[in-house]
Parts: sequence; C-alpha cells; structure tokens
Amino acid sequence: MPNATPDTRQTVLEISDLWKSFDSNHVLRGVGLQLHQGENLVVLGKSGSGKSVLIKLIIGLMEPDKGEIKVFGKNIPQLKQAELDEIRTRIGFLFQSNALYDSMTVRENLEFPLRRHRKKLTQVEVDSLIEEVLSNVGLAHTKDMMPSELSGGMKKRIALARTLILKPEIILYDEPTTGLDPVTSREISNLMLDIQKKYNTSSIIIAHDMSCVRITANRIITLVDGTCYAVGTWDELSHSSDPKVKQFFE
Amino acid sequence: MALPGWKKVVAETGAMSAFAGRFFAEFWRPRYEFREFFRQCFYVGYQTLGLVAMTAFIIGLVITIQSRPTLVRFGAEAWLPGMVSVSLVREIVPVITALICAGKIGSSIGAELGSMRVTEQIDAMEVSGTNPFKFLVVTRMLATTLTIPILAMIADGVSLYGSYLGCNLHATVSWDLFWYHVFNSVWFTDFAPAFIKTYFFGFAIGLVGCYKGYFTTHGTEGVGRSANSAVVLSSLLIFIIDLIAVQITDLMGLN
Ligand SMILES: Nc1ncnc2c1ncn2[C@@H]1O[C@H](COP(=O)(O)OP(=O)(O)OP(=O)(O)O)[C@@H](O)[C@H]1O
Ligand SMILES: [Mg+2]
Repeated sequence: MPNATPDTRQTVLEISDLWKSFDSNHVLRGVGLQLHQGENLVVLGKSGSGKSVLIKLIIGLMEPDKGEIKVFGKNIPQLKQAELDEIRTRIGFLFQSNALYDSMTVRENLEFPLRRHRKKLTQVEVDSLIEEVLSNVGLAHTKDMMPSELSGGMKKRIALARTLILKPEIILYDEPTTGLDPVTSREISNLMLDIQKKYNTSSIIIAHDMSCVRITANRIITLVDGTCYAVGTWDELSHSSDPKVKQFFE
Repeated sequence: MALPGWKKVVAETGAMSAFAGRFFAEFWRPRYEFREFFRQCFYVGYQTLGLVAMTAFIIGLVITIQSRPTLVRFGAEAWLPGMVSVSLVREIVPVITALICAGKIGSSIGAELGSMRVTEQIDAMEVSGTNPFKFLVVTRMLATTLTIPILAMIADGVSLYGSYLGCNLHATVSWDLFWYHVFNSVWFTDFAPAFIKTYFFGFAIGLVGCYKGYFTTHGTEGVGRSANSAVVLSSLLIFIIDLIAVQITDLMGLN
C-alpha cells in the first residue's frame, strides 16, 4: 500500500544539476532531486541508466563532474575527508552486491563499524546492539557463521543489518530485493518499511522489482536519459499516459 | 601477455611510487590499526615459516655438500664452514626467503585485496567511515616489512644448521668448531647489509601485493591477474634491490 506523501517535512538531502560521465559515456546529465525527512524515495531506471552511480556520488565513492549534493546542508564533493567520514556514519549504504567482509564472521561484520565509531560502548552494549539488529532482520542464529555459509537472501539481510547498526538517518538501498524470490522479496520490503517507521529514517531506494516499489515508495522518481524525468506517487505515475513513464509499470 | 610498452612501464612505476608515498604519508597519522597489524604479522609468519625453514635447511645442506670437492682439491677443506656460511648469510638465504614470501605472501595479499576490491568490500569499508588504505594497505605493508627480516634471520640459523650437518657427512666437525669457523668468517659487516636488505625485500613484497590488489579491475578474472603479477613483479624487484644493494656495499668497501 502506498503511503501518503510527506511533503511539508524538512529536506535532508538535495541534489541539483548533477553531471557525471565516464569518458564519452554521459551517465548523469543534470539530475536534481530532494529527499524529505522520513520518506522513502524510489528511483526507477533502466539497467545502466546510472542509478548506482547516483547513490555512489551521494556517499562520496565517486566525484561528480559538476553539481551539488547537499546532505544535512553540507555539500559532499567539497568536504574534507574527516567531515566526509563523519557524515558517512549518519548514512547507511546497502550495496547491490551486499559487500559483506568475507574474512569475518557475521558478528565481526556487524562489529566492524561499531568498534570504529562508537568507541565508548562496552562489550555488553555492543552485544545487545548486535542482537537488536540481527533480530530486526530475523537472523539471530547466524552470529557465528561466515558470509559464505549464508544463502543469497540471508546475505542481503545481514548486509541490511550492518547498514542499520549505526542507526543511520539516511539509508541508500541499491536494489535490495533483486534476485530474491517473491516471498523473501516481500519480507525485505516490509522490513524496510518497518525500519522507516521505527527509526524515522529517510531513504533512497533503487529498485527494479515493482512489488518492492509498491510496498515501500512514498514518492517515485524516474531516471531517463540521465535526468529526472518524472516525479510522483505510485498512483500518479502508474496511471501516467507518458510512454517513458508507463514502461516501468507494465 | 605481450611485453608492455615503455610508456606503460613508466606509468606503472610512477603510480607505484605514489602508492608508496601514500603509505608513508598515512602511516604516521592515527588511527593506528594495531590489531590488524599484529594479525597480519602473525599471518605472514605462520604462512611461510615452515616452508622458509625447510628450504633454508636444504639449501644449507646442499651447498655445503657441493662445495666440498672443490675445496678438497685445493686442500682447503677446513675453510668449508667459513666459505659456505658467508655465501648463505650474505646472499642466498635472504634472497630465497624473500622469493618464497613473494610467492606465498605477495600472491595472497594481491588476491585478497583484489577480491575485496571487485566485490566492493573496500568501498563498503570506505562508506562505513573507515580508511581502507590504512586498515588494509598500511597494516599489510608494515607487516611484510617487519616480519620478513625476522623470517630471514631464522632461516639463516636453520641453513647454518643444515650446513653443519653437511660438514659432518664426510668428516667430523664438532659443533663448537663449526661455529668458531662461522663466526670467524661472517663478520658484522657481512651480516648487517644482508639484514638491512631484507627490510627492503619485505617492503617491496608488501608494496607490490597491495598495489596490484588495491587497484584490481575487471572482476574476478582481474583477481587472478593481480595475484599473478604481484608475484612476478615482486620477484623481479627483489633481484633489482639485490643488485642495488651489492653496488652500495661495494662502494662502501664492504664486499
Ligand atoms: N567505475 C566505472 N567506470 C566506468 N564506467 C562506469 C563505472 N561505473 C558505472 N559506469 C557506467 O555508468 C553507467 C551506469 O552504471 P550504473 O551501475 O549506475 O547502472 P545502474 O543504473 O545501477 O544499472 P543496474 O540496474 O544494472 O544496476 C553504465 O553505462 C556503466 O557502464
Ligand atoms: Mg546498479
């Protein structure tokens, strides 16, 4: 069920006139968007349209050719390393490929960000935080397993747990449900919705899977030819007559 | 693979120097990743100690056995422990140790960092506000630089023991006499340059492995290529460093 659009709320992330190309491949050509406090914004786009590039620019893994990316009022491309690291602890990033640390157990994967950014925590507090995020994703029993021993869906959930452990204010999801069966996919979508409600996070969600989009989206942006082509709620866009928008909903 | 053009060689050398420069710039600054550093040191030692010791023992034994006939012909059999120990300590053992480490450690660092790169684990580290260069590269380069000299020193001891056994195959040389000869021939000016050299070997192995792994491209296929070129390039560097070291000791009149 689509939720009502929360539009009067504060803007936590604002992108304006963002350009990025790789040699002659002009991926983003003047993207602009806003993310409000507490909303789930879905980005739709064809494979290779630059969705992953967009969120990698937001987190500072790539540098834009031109444009502003303001997160909590600070322009990401101009930040010094220390400031960037500080902001990164307030942003969660779920990789398309999960990117779990292979050489560490599930527990160590979750501890890794905690040990670095929450140094004052005692062992008991660390343990209880790990318990909390693992039970949030329903995988409390996997604590001592290695990532290679987990199934695809479990890996995705552990990756989600690792994203959540620092209680981020903004979460960037890169295709959280792609490659999962419909049941697991729905579970993860509901989980994302729960997280939004429980912690009042704001999220940008990249998705191909329309059932996930339908469950999670407050607002949808379509990325066509390197620009934000249309913005609206599920109801608005799914009834659009524009073929460039309609293609996503067929 | 075709031989790369000279431009590529120059570019690669430049990039690797910049990488080494970044190592020196970053390793002073906190935060210090002690735990990972000690883990890596242990790992380097644990992975190679057995192999290094076995090879050193065999080399010590074989060289002693093979040198005997020549010395016997000149009636200089008594020189056997002295002559063999100098060549072992000065040249053979440090280089063999370094080559074994290049094969085992260099390739494993290249493969590990390479697979972390292509599966976005390095990006994940960066995104979580951790400096992956510090956590992965600085710790590994320090670990190889500081651990390989220790391995080489152990290998020196083991190879001399091999040599002692070799001396006793055809004649009887007492334990005390053997070491008397060794310490009479191997002076500090023989040992020190060889020992210092191993730090550079260790640094080269860490540098090449990390550099190749850290900048891996082309997915899983690239991981194999990184591991492989890490071994080839670090072995080559070891010989180049050896060549430079012998020139320096020569100029200083220590040969
Ligand atoms: N590091 C890079 N170097 C060169 N080109 C890149 C790089 N990363 C992405 N690209 C190019 O940018 C374009 C967009 O890639 P991106 O990964 O953002 O696609 P996507 O929209 O996320 O697609 P998918 O839905 O398949 O994940 C592609 O044409 C890709 O070739
Ligand atoms: Mg993508």
